[in-house]
Amino acid sequence: MDGRVKPGHDEAEKGEGSLNLFSMDPLLEAVVTGVLLGCFYAAVSIGLSVSFGLLDVPHVAHPAFLVLASYAVYFLNDSYDIDPLLAGLLITPVLFVFGLAAYRLYYETFERRGSDAAVRGIAFFFGVAFIIEVLIILHFGVDQRSVTASYIGKSWRFGDMRIPLRLMVSFAVAIGLTAVLATYLSRTFMGRAIRAVAQDEEAVRLMGANPVRIKQWAFGIATAVLGVAGALLIIVAPVDPTLDRAYIGRTFCVVVMAGLGSMTGTLIAAIILGVAETIVLTMLGASWAPAISFALLLGVLAVRPQGLLGRR
Amino acid sequence: MMKQNAMAFWGAAVLFLGVVFLSTQLVGNEYWFFAGYVILQFIVLSVAWSILGGYAGYVNFGTSAFFGVGVYTAVFLIKTTGAPLAVQIAVAAAIGAILGFAVGLLTLRMQGIFFSIATIALTIVIETTVTNWRDLGGAAGIQIQRPPVTAPFPSYVQMLVFVQALLVVLAVAIARYIQNSWIGRGLQALRDDELAAECTGVPTLRLKMTACVISGALMCAAGAPAAMYLQYADPASAFNLNYSVSVLAMALIGGTAHWIGPVIGAILLGVTQQLLAVTISSEVNVLVLGVMLVLFVVGAPEGIIGLFRKRGRAEGKA
Repeated sequence: MDGRVKPGHDEAEKGEGSLNLFSMDPLLEAVVTGVLLGCFYAAVSIGLSVSFGLLDVPHVAHPAFLVLASYAVYFLNDSYDIDPLLAGLLITPVLFVFGLAAYRLYYETFERRGSDAAVRGIAFFFGVAFIIEVLIILHFGVDQRSVTASYIGKSWRFGDMRIPLRLMVSFAVAIGLTAVLATYLSRTFMGRAIRAVAQDEEAVRLMGANPVRIKQWAFGIATAVLGVAGALLIIVAPVDPTLDRAYIGRTFCVVVMAGLGSMTGTLIAAIILGVAETIVLTMLGASWAPAISFALLLGVLAVRPQGLLGRR
Repeated sequence: MMKQNAMAFWGAAVLFLGVVFLSTQLVGNEYWFFAGYVILQFIVLSVAWSILGGYAGYVNFGTSAFFGVGVYTAVFLIKTTGAPLAVQIAVAAAIGAILGFAVGLLTLRMQGIFFSIATIALTIVIETTVTNWRDLGGAAGIQIQRPPVTAPFPSYVQMLVFVQALLVVLAVAIARYIQNSWIGRGLQALRDDELAAECTGVPTLRLKMTACVISGALMCAAGAPAAMYLQYADPASAFNLNYSVSVLAMALIGGTAHWIGPVIGAILLGVTQQLLAVTISSEVNVLVLGVMLVLFVVGAPEGIIGLFRKRGRAEGKA
């Protein structure tokens, strides 16, 4: 068995940051970069915030779906020269249908049978994640892949500070994505239905609605947002097939810290993680990076399992 | 009846050790020992895993943490004191027990998926610590020299196979004892309903701690000889998530209701993986692992022993 969870992704990040270590206060720069990075983490976690946070599906394959979406974006960008963000939007309907099917399978095999669904569910999703990983390796190989677009590789100057443009783009898109999803869940009929199912499934059933169909729809949306999120993932840094393992920690850390299912909470939690990562990166070095999200997650689970910002 | 069972079990154990010992004396081809070692190691790991994951229902994804700590305990001892293999295994078991105790503390506040995620988190935190521990080779890994082999064994790997076979017997004997004693019944009660078990006077905390400590000690002990087996250790492979998922898959495929389940699962999946690694590639290996895990979790939730039991029950009724 060969080595996994490579630090390459994070080293690329560090190279960016350490360029201007001497030109300005490294701590301030770490905080600014951390906030931008955090918004990006919110974008990749927000789907899990719906599927795990609201629906209680132990979706460990979420990061694997994310990486798969990144590879689809890479394929469209590489073969047809489509802008990565547009490619992300293009695959969104496909992902939505994929999500509907995945939830149906999960529901039929686990939730309907009742007992210890979560325990076997997590094993199931790990199996799915491994299958996706290998299929990507078999098709694209183990090398890192990246996309080309006009905004990748440039950076903006703010006084002494230089912010990579790709982080700015991902920041703007992530804020937009979070706002859209938060509005959808609070303003639309279906969005409210999803939150109602999360709060009390039995009550929804008594009102004459079918909770399973609402949850299936919600899981479809949770998977559909991975289109844009996957585009951001490959815009921010190159992607390799086993990258999902590093993102298990990041996404679950964000969702648990956010207090399961809160959209604004997800954004705040992701920013906390982003800032924590960049500060540790600046102070201790890239080799400690993989542990930060997991250590935060462990701490939150041990001290405040209901999340920092959650009410449940 | 019970006594007969016990005699049959220990007879089989002695026979098994005898066969392994004889084969180290008679079989010359070292490949069989390289492959056999890995399978035996997985038997120990999955039997140990199911003490907590099967009987108590706490799904531990930290197998690779325990395995890796076992490997690096051995590396540390070799580099600092040059301690012999038996000491390496004993110290690894002690440290595994302590780590198991720590995991046991996690169960105080978490159940279900939260416990599973916490154990993954623990694995990565420990891996990162070892990666940053320069004296243990850091991310690049560390080379280890094997000492000369002790008397009756023709080569060091063959001795390691016999040692791992001893660990298999130890692990299975412990799992069998737990299953047949009040500990196993208590664990099953808390697996079915922890609150109800606690209310009816089952000492759930003490039982969970016992299961965590024993399971952890066995996993670390199984990892310790791997340093000598590979003559090399690096954090990325010693703490590889593949160990966690493989071991979980073996236990679930075999079935966790009886100690024989993880043994069957480990042999089945271990042999398949060895064959695939030789004939195709390690990527396909992971693919087969994923597919088998999904198929069994969906199609045969009770594992192979569950399939046999169902058939047995159906025939009994007819």
